[in-house]
Parts: sequence; structure tokens; C-alpha cells
Amino acid sequence: MVTKQDFHRISDRIWEIPTSFHPAMKVPVWVFADEEILEEALGDLSITQAINVAQLPGLVGHVAIMPDVHQGYGMPIGGVMVSRVPDGIISPGAVGYDINCGVRVLASEIEYETAKPFIGALASTLYRNCPSGVGEKGSIPLSMEELDTLCRQGSRWALERGYATAEDLARTEEFGCLEGAQPENVSQRAKERGKGQLGTLGAGNHFLEVDAIEEVFDREAAQAMGLRKGCLAVQIHCGSRGFGHQICTDYVQDFQSAVIRYGIHLPDRELVCAPLDSPEGQAYLGAMKAAANYAFANRQTLAHHARRSFQQVFGTPTGESHLRQVYDIAHNMAKMETHRIEGKEIPVCVHRKGATRAFGPGFAGLPPEYRHLGQPVLVPGSMGTKSWILLGTAANEELSFGSTCHGAGRVMSRAKAKHSVRGDRLRQELEKSGISVRAGSMSGLAEEAPQAYKDVDRVVATVSQAGIARKVARLRPVAVIKG
Amino acid sequence: MKHADLLKPEGFEEVEHTADWAYRIWGQSLAELFVRAARGLYYLVGMRLAAEPQGVREISLQGVDNESLLVAWLNELLYLHESENLGFEQIEILQLDGKTLHAKVTGSPTQQWLKDIKAATYHNLAIHSTETGFEATLVLDV
Repeated sequence: MVTKQDFHRISDRIWEIPTSFHPAMKVPVWVFADEEILEEALGDLSITQAINVAQLPGLVGHVAIMPDVHQGYGMPIGGVMVSRVPDGIISPGAVGYDINCGVRVLASEIEYETAKPFIGALASTLYRNCPSGVGEKGSIPLSMEELDTLCRQGSRWALERGYATAEDLARTEEFGCLEGAQPENVSQRAKERGKGQLGTLGAGNHFLEVDAIEEVFDREAAQAMGLRKGCLAVQIHCGSRGFGHQICTDYVQDFQSAVIRYGIHLPDRELVCAPLDSPEGQAYLGAMKAAANYAFANRQTLAHHARRSFQQVFGTPTGESHLRQVYDIAHNMAKMETHRIEGKEIPVCVHRKGATRAFGPGFAGLPPEYRHLGQPVLVPGSMGTKSWILLGTAANEELSFGSTCHGAGRVMSRAKAKHSVRGDRLRQELEKSGISVRAGSMSGLAEEAPQAYKDVDRVVATVSQAGIARKVARLRPVAVIKG
Repeated sequence: MKHADLLKPEGFEEVEHTADWAYRIWGQSLAELFVRAARGLYYLVGMRLAAEPQGVREISLQGVDNESLLVAWLNELLYLHESENLGFEQIEILQLDGKTLHAKVTGSPTQQWLKDIKAATYHNLAIHSTETGFEATLVLDV
């Protein structure tokens, strides 16, 4: 049982569990938190799960835990794990079932005050055009052949079919495509699930939200991103749908025998893994990239539907879109990157589970208008609360391997939220506070109640004080669309 | 419309989890444990079945041990729902030996399925022997 006394305080906002805590730990665990967040994290299995992760073979640096941490099902949500290339491990369970779950933000120059009378109509139009909820099918069915092409091309597939602009791709992590995807390593089952679901939000914590930009903290960066105080923006939070879920399910199952073959001892079987340079590790990497590209194309298709919806409600004489992409980020992924670890630049595989890549200024993978600023980071709050746009920093390179938080982080179970909050009443409260809500399921709404989450402002204050991101703008929700 | 049993199933209880869903199941035999794991899953998602058309399926799964068969079994049921909209009321475990699971299931299309479950996970999963049989706690990713 880990307690606060087991931590060594590295700085005001960084707490370390050294490898001496457990004989099987290969690297330490660093938790980015204020005292209250740390105490909350000790209230469930989050830290125990982080200590389990630190026992996997071939890790380097430390396991970094973000302040939006909460208990997951193997790796805690808000976790970053770095393994050595080529003999470190890759773990499908640590990436999770929703491969490349992520967030996209689009900004407009439409003033909220002008748009106010039309927000209800906008919410209804978005709800109609962006399919959401359990088992909902998408509007763009794919043949198996086209699905394979989409898996290889990601957002480029959407560009060729008129669902994207070149600027959208430039303003997407990895330009919307992980090279080296191998659809041939994806099961028929995953493909069957994926081919009908493109352009759907799904259920659970996934959503589409219309926000008003409430406050700007960095005028230069906000201007570069097209964020204007008082104007509308759109957030899209979803991932690779049943396609990614099935790929993870398949590989977590396959790897159960791989760990026996490679003699890997696991503290938790969901952390199942294989050496990166093994046939199993390479097969998963190729399949994971296919799912990542599916998710990029999925959010791109939803962005197209959001633009269509804005056009239907607000129109433009030229037919030009109201919505320009700010950025698109992944928060469940394993990425091949180079990081400075113990003074040396080395190639590594970074697993981020509920954590966002947040590279600092100068990163060549950013479009020219962002390169001197750093990578935009999109941090949605819980439903009905504020969201944040941040920027990556140079300092996070050695602190968190170019990573920061991804959201608010849960503190209350779904069962407890459902018992203490009634979905219909919550909807009334949100509507009364000026937020239009379109949701398929009232119990689903209750599970995602703001009370079930941490205060996102505190999470953002923590990453900002720790130096692993900096504030650009804060968003206030005006319409929420959920399954 | 016929309702599948939405009363809390026997040998099942929900367990607190911050983000996902967890439940404990117990039974006198491994076969009963597997049947209750399926019923627990169906209960949690609020499944209701249509009266017809009824159909029978045989499910055969391979694994490295009983835990891996339990995870594969639940993921198979999730897949059959998502791909063919099927749920099963009668479940008969024909063979279960640590390497192979063979089951015969009878069911019909679902009329209600309230929750999207991404997968059944291996998180801290172990099938324990107890004085009265077996028990296990499962975590579902939602």
C-alpha cells in the first residue's frame, strides 16, 4: 500500500516514488501534482498502477503521471511510459482500447453574442449531422479496400475525398498520418467493425462541444491559432471506434502467449507486452498505426460534418467554411520519438495513455505559424465546465518526455455519479446556465456529470506551474452533443 | 416483446471503479462462473432481447488458461452484439479445460443495449478457488 510518505518531493509540483520502493521497479515514478491532487490520486489504484507500469522490462527515464490521473485498467489514465528502442517493449494494453482517442479544436470568427439566438438550432443540427450513441452507424460506409487505403493514409484519405483542407492536415499531430500502418496485421473482425463507423462520435465520454472563447492568456499564440475572445470554437473528442477496440482486444489476447515465449514477468496481465523488435511487437505497431490513422480520419470526417452544420445554420455568401482548424492531438498512443534521457538523445517508444504530446518551440513537425510557439495542446474539461488551449514547452522534454495532461480526470465512479445525479435534472441545470444539451442517453449524461471529474482549472494550473505546458486560452461551453 | 431477465443476476455484484466498470462473480463450478460472467455483462448493459427470430450458436475459443478464456468469452459476446446485434439467454458450457472453451448459446436480436463497452480486460484478473467454488473480478473498459 503506497502512502504520501513514500514520495520524495523533487519540486513544488513533482513527487517521486524511487525504485527502492519495490524491488521489481525498473524506473522511478514521477507524479505531477499539488498536494490535494496527490492525495486524491492515492484514493484509488492510480499510483499502484503506475508502480506496476514501472516494473515492465526495457523502460528508461521515469514513468510520468499527469495531474488528471485516475485509475484505469492496467496503465493509469494520465500515464506516460518510455521504452528503449529496439529492445524495449510495446504494450497494447498500455495504449488502451480506444487507440488514438484524441481531441480536435476548430475556431470561428462568429461572435457568441451574435450567434446566441441560434445556438439551440446549431446544437440540433450538429446532433443530426454527427452520429453519436451506442451502435450508431456512420454516413460514409467503406468497402474493405477503401478501409485499407484509409488505414494507410489517415487524414490524407479525407483530403482526397474533399473532407479536409491542406491546412487541416498541417495542423494535425503527425499531419494526420502515422507512416508504416499495416492493415494486413488487422483482423477481419476489426475491419468489419470499422467499415461502418467512420464519422461517428460513439458514446461514453466522447462528445462534440461548441464553446465561446472566454479568456486569452497569450495574445500572440491565440492570434496564430485563430482564437478570438468572444468567438465560437468547436471541440471534437473521439477515437478509432470499434476498429481500434477490436485491434487492442485481438493483440492483448495474442500477447498472452508472447509474454510466456519471451519470459516477461507481468505485475498485471493487462500490461501484456512484447519486445519492440519482435515479430509480435512489430505486428501490433503496424496495426496500431492503422487504428491511429482511422481515428485521424474519423475526427476529420466529423470536422467536415461540423463545418456543414455551421454552414446550414449561419451560411456564408461564398460557401467558405466558418471553422478553421486549430489543432488535432492524440491522447492514447505509442509513438516512436527521440528524447533526451540521462543527458543523451536516444530513440524511444513513448506510450501515452490519457496524456498528450506537447512538444516545445522549434519542433519541425509543426506548421511554420506554430513552430516558434510550440505544439498546441487541447485540454477538454468535463461536461459543462471550462476547457483549455495550452502550448508545449521546452522544459517538458526532460520532465515528462514532451508530454502533458489530457483533460480533467475522473474522481467519482460512474455508478456513484448515476446514483447521485439525475440525467434529466442535470440537463435542465446545464440548459439554465446557457448550455444547449443534445444527448441520446440521460443515464449516460449523468455518468459524465461535472461532479464526477476533477476541477480542470486546477489540473491546468498544475501543469503550468510544473512547466510542462503554458496557458493560451480558456473556453466556456455553450452547446454539448453526446451519445 | 420478451424481456431478458433484468433482475440482478445470481452470483454477481458491482464493484467500485473510478472510470470503468468492475464486477465480481462467483459460482460453484467454472462453468457456472462463466455463465454468470455473461449474465453480469448483459445485466450491466441493460440488454433486452426480441422474442424472435431465435437462433443457436456454437462458440469455440482457445486460450492459455482459464482467465484468458474468460476474457475471450466476454469479448466474443461483445463482438456478437456489435457485429450481429445478438444477445443470448440460454448458455450451456460444453467444454472448459484451461485451453479450450466450447459453448452452445441460444438467443435473439437485442432490442435494448444501453452501454457501449469497449472490451473486457485482464486488469488484476485471477480466478480464485473458494470454499464454495470459484470467484473472479472483471473490469470492463467503457
